[in-house]
Amino acid sequence: MREPKYNLKFIIGIAILLSLLVLLPLFLPSYYIGLFSLMLIFAIFSMSLDILQGYTGLPSLGHAAFLGIAAYIVGLLNVKVFKGCNFGIELVAGILSAAIVACILGLIVLRSKDVYLLMILLASSMMLWGIAFKWRSLTGGDDGLPGIARPDLSFIHWNLGNTIHFYYFVLLFFIVSGILMYLIVNSSFGHILMGIRESEIRMQSLGYNTWLQKYIAFIISGIFAGISGILLAYYNGFVSPSEFHLVTSAEGLIMVILGGVGTLIGPAIGAVIIILIKNFISAYTEHWMIILGLIYIFTVIFAPEGIYRIFKKLLER
Amino acid sequence: MKALVVENLSKNFDGLQALDNISFSVEKGERLAIIGPNGAGKTTLFQLINGIIPPSSGKIFLFGKDITKLSTYQRASLGIGRTFQITNLFSNLTVFDNVLLALEAFNFTRFNIFYPAYSYKKLVSKAEEILNEWNLLEKKDDLVKNLSYGEQRKLEIILTLSQNRSLLLLDEPTCGLSFDESKNFVSMIRSFSREYTILLIDHDLDVTFEIAEKVMVLHFGRIIAYGNPEEVRNNPKVQQIYTGEER
Repeated sequence: MREPKYNLKFIIGIAILLSLLVLLPLFLPSYYIGLFSLMLIFAIFSMSLDILQGYTGLPSLGHAAFLGIAAYIVGLLNVKVFKGCNFGIELVAGILSAAIVACILGLIVLRSKDVYLLMILLASSMMLWGIAFKWRSLTGGDDGLPGIARPDLSFIHWNLGNTIHFYYFVLLFFIVSGILMYLIVNSSFGHILMGIRESEIRMQSLGYNTWLQKYIAFIISGIFAGISGILLAYYNGFVSPSEFHLVTSAEGLIMVILGGVGTLIGPAIGAVIIILIKNFISAYTEHWMIILGLIYIFTVIFAPEGIYRIFKKLLER
Repeated sequence: MKALVVENLSKNFDGLQALDNISFSVEKGERLAIIGPNGAGKTTLFQLINGIIPPSSGKIFLFGKDITKLSTYQRASLGIGRTFQITNLFSNLTVFDNVLLALEAFNFTRFNIFYPAYSYKKLVSKAEEILNEWNLLEKKDDLVKNLSYGEQRKLEIILTLSQNRSLLLLDEPTCGLSFDESKNFVSMIRSFSREYTILLIDHDLDVTFEIAEKVMVLHFGRIIAYGNPEEVRNNPKVQQIYTGEER
């Protein structure tokens, strides 16, 4: 899509959005700042899923595998090895673990397509869930791994125990990840992914090794999902098998669809909305999944192109 | 030199014998037309040469090299380009992006994950040049799905021709083109240098006989006639098939 990406409107829009995010702690009580940290974490997650779902046309119900493995690696290193936070190593190990899982999974699953791919990825992530659930001695089983310490950034006078400081910490990752993903989808490589989404056979006939391009996209997507997993582990201070669960993957998928498949900004908006609704509704009922299902149905029927595109059309009128 | 050699090629789709043990060869620079009624196996033959589906048995050689086991993209890199009978484009991308994707196929840029796609000036101006030649430059920012059928068919041809492949498989290229466009197309193909070898499927027999030096007639997966256009035209078996007379 050759949208006017470098036009003034777009840049101004992004600038306003970013300054709002930066200034947020001035307006909102710290409870909501915490909530916003969670939204940004899931925004990275849903944007990473969109690289697969929206740009490459590979649907996934197992994206939680990457988030989960990175979260668990951070948790294990933090709680069992370092008995505290060694941020540099944990960050690298978390990203590497997500990349390795993506490398291995990609070899297995990328031969299949569409619903089959969706199901195989679902099964793979649930297998990891099973391991996290059953291997009590290592993972703590259902109780998870509590007591994950946040990084110590006192050398730049940041105290990540402070909600606002932690929010800026997450925001930094969100901005860097967002810029990188934006560059990727607008690069030649990103355009080739879109070509594969539109017609893989034509791409092969033109001379593209589509498998390799998809494989690289799969690993890139996994790495960014891994980053969200690392942040989530620090945010919660514990990891549990639910990180790997189908529900996490499904929430990610609904964020993408609700916000707008293939737009990057859309899934980020989707993440904000879903986390917000989830937060309010869980205060009243345990049946969050029912509401999530309803949101999904309404989106597909009334706004299949996603909130972001509808919003954009309204603005252009 | 032989550009393409097909040896005892068969394709069986769950009991349906789409191609039955066919063998033929094409000299470098030759223009061969493949004709035959619907369901004769013409497109299947293209898919086998192109590598989108594997043959049940038989071998295919491209410039003397056995390509039977190679994948589609490897065959493309060895010089096979193909247009599709049923328009196969990137419909949600712009016309410009479609051409750019065709040009980038063997460019190092395809693995550049951070550098913007439109910043390769050579590729961009080349794409614009091609669109200008085909009178599609005005529509370069339109999504392909919003083009008329004729324009889509044009783009279908552009994508394949822009890559300068040495063996072109053209599957009903003039279907959907206007009379004039079709005539232009024929004269363009005729003006191609003999570096290009062309295999053509077309229902328009005028187009076929104007371009082709050799004609091969397929019927129920078998070659029932092969020769120069005049011979084939006068072949009683071929006349039977096309006029539907009883044997």
